[in-house]
Amino acid sequence: MAGNAPTASEYVIHHLGHFNNTGHPQESIVNWGVINLDSMFFSIALGLLTVFILWLAARKATSGVPGRFQGIVELLVEMVADQAKGIVHSAESRKFVAPLALTVFVWIFLMNAMDLLPVDLIPMLWTGAYSAAGGDPAHAYMRIVATADLSAALGLSIGVLLLCLYYNVKIKGVSGWVHELFTAPFGSHPLLYPVNFAMQIIEFLAKTVSHGMRLFGNMYAGELVFILIALLGGTATVFGFAGHVIAGTIWAIFHILIITLQAFIFMMLTLVYVGQAHESH
Amino acid sequence: MNLNATLIAQLVVFFILAWFTMKFVWPPIVKALDERAKKIADGLAAADKAKADLALAEKKVVEELRKARESAGDVRASAEKQASQLVDEARAEAARIIAAAREAAETEAGAAAQRAKEALRDQVASLAVAGAEKILRREINAQVHSELLANLKQELQ
Repeated sequence: MAGNAPTASEYVIHHLGHFNNTGHPQESIVNWGVINLDSMFFSIALGLLTVFILWLAARKATSGVPGRFQGIVELLVEMVADQAKGIVHSAESRKFVAPLALTVFVWIFLMNAMDLLPVDLIPMLWTGAYSAAGGDPAHAYMRIVATADLSAALGLSIGVLLLCLYYNVKIKGVSGWVHELFTAPFGSHPLLYPVNFAMQIIEFLAKTVSHGMRLFGNMYAGELVFILIALLGGTATVFGFAGHVIAGTIWAIFHILIITLQAFIFMMLTLVYVGQAHESH
Repeated sequence: MNLNATLIAQLVVFFILAWFTMKFVWPPIVKALDERAKKIADGLAAADKAKADLALAEKKVVEELRKARESAGDVRASAEKQASQLVDEARAEAARIIAAAREAAETEAGAAAQRAKEALRDQVASLAVAGAEKILRREINAQVHSELLANLKQELQ
């Protein structure tokens, strides 16, 4: 942050800027030449942490008496396996879909949980490091909640879409799926083909967009509320300090529910969409 | 709130992580869970079996006890029977011995009486002779009157 303190709006905008390969926040809505390095760093790091934690438990998994750590991981595995069994009616598909659901649950939970860190902590450290390395501190952007990045959230939901398309083709065959695209949901009649097809496309689009947007929206809003609460404390008054502590505490506790719930919802919808890809209309 | 290449990268990372979990995490944990479930099921079955075995063994014990009691009763009854038989036999033997002894004693007493009688008879004969001698004041030849004396002896019998 430059010499004089930023205004509230500058503070918020600075917080919502990504650290990317261009060095300044992205201007256009869509630009495939830009990649958010902060989102990538935190999602990959937490992804590795996810698989490492799971792998630690898997490495020592025995059928004997489980320890607490093995117990909690087994609890997760059982939970996901049960859900998958109820939703995806193909044991062969479950071999990939259930582990995928488990990964996505733990991974998104961890990415969401970054929201619980003090909102200024890592950006402040980053600003220090950035300016120490000779950069302009005003350009030291850093966002640590990868799921509050629309690109990242939609990346996940598009991954699920690809999975659905794959299983549609795998289970029903190309002709079977194309037939379904044109005859469901309204029925097989040449006049209804375009309507059916349009409905199918809308369905796929709506599923994918809502899937990613739901996660993104919740986490983005949550992050924004933390930023606003931090602004309250930033007024450096008794009211502001008390407000920061009380509101921050309440919101953080509530947010524990949200981050878990959003991770669970994302996992469940992944299973549901893949399960739908297995069912013929 | 922009779209950029992060989307593609995230998608790729997503599948790599899922693949890793599928390959290295899921199978061992699920295997352990299944094995444990089987172990527990086996353990429960074994416990049930042990319970059934115990009940069976208890039943057997009761049966054996009953049998033992029965046979002990039999043994006692037969022992009592044998004992009473022994006593009876002994009693019979004693009675027989007593009877034999009495018979022997009687026989002996009879013989003694007979001997005494005979001795008495001999003496009576000689007394009679002596008496008669005194009466007749003459000597009677024993050889001459032996037939007479023998007849007298016979009569006294």
